[in-house]
Amino acid sequence: MAMDTGGWDAARPFLEAAHPSHPALIDQEHSLDSLLGIVNVPSGVWIDEAGTIVRPPEPAFARPFAETMPQVVAAVADYVSEVASLPGVLEAARNLPIGPGRRVDPDRYYAALLDWIRKGPASPYALSPSEVIERSRPMSADVSAAAAHFELAQHLHRHGMSETAAAHFEEAIRMQPENWTYKCQAWACMNPGSEPTEGYNRAWLEAVNKIGIENYYERLEL
Amino acid sequence: MIVSDFRVDRIQFEKASGWTIKPEGACREDQCVPLRGAGAGESFDVRPVARVLGMAIVEDPATGLSAIGPHTSGRALSSAALPPIRLPEWRGGTFALDSLRGSKVLLLAWASW
Repeated sequence: MAMDTGGWDAARPFLEAAHPSHPALIDQEHSLDSLLGIVNVPSGVWIDEAGTIVRPPEPAFARPFAETMPQVVAAVADYVSEVASLPGVLEAARNLPIGPGRRVDPDRYYAALLDWIRKGPASPYALSPSEVIERSRPMSADVSAAAAHFELAQHLHRHGMSETAAAHFEEAIRMQPENWTYKCQAWACMNPGSEPTEGYNRAWLEAVNKIGIENYYERLEL
Repeated sequence: MIVSDFRVDRIQFEKASGWTIKPEGACREDQCVPLRGAGAGESFDVRPVARVLGMAIVEDPATGLSAIGPHTSGRALSSAALPPIRLPEWRGGTFALDSLRGSKVLLLAWASW
């Protein structure tokens, strides 16, 4: 599921390259940020055969580490080389907390996913409903306001009112600072272009440096 | 939910918010919240309903538009039941996630940015 204000235009190149056989959806309104508690990508949600969530949103690199990180770094290196980019973006990507024993361990996630596929509710990785609720993100008045600001910002942006939209994007970011989908989408909207831009990279690097790249993803608790 | 007027149609509110207005209050899944008279009729002032449901109201004075945020209940998920999700699908049309009942599903969120 692509979370892209830009719609199919933004997602198409990736879908055409991937040729997915599974359903490929688009959440242009970022509605699932607040509906499920998604704050970054990639995020995974496990849903059983009865339509019950057994793992709420969490960082989900659903491929083994040896395949994941080279792809991530190569993708960043590709566009960094095309943009007169800021020093530090590629280094930050290389230092993402992804790997064996790191905050996000793709090998453990992949193994857990396979375990659940095989064992279903008997898997220790399938959480009870109360655990799912407890582990889902806090939803405060500020988070509701952030969602409202973000929805308004997207609407205004689509109608060509970029300056007014920018103010609401900033408020959404301020009211839910841990939500990287709001941040990154806002920067993409405010720095339009079919390729990553220096404006986007600058904003991303500044925000990442404030919290430390090691905190870019919440810890994967398996 | 974007509005240009705080007086909204009940159907518009229900479709946008996922909450159904019933005599016992605003209801969603197995939860009902008493509205104490707010939300009565086929159209109503959404502001008291939003306040009861903990939905933020954000106004943009320059355009006259407002946005009503989602319900706040302490956690993003108040139930482990997957809420109704219908989104456009790459091959065309709208896809309902509950059409996958009977299968295990990994919903993976990604982005071009």
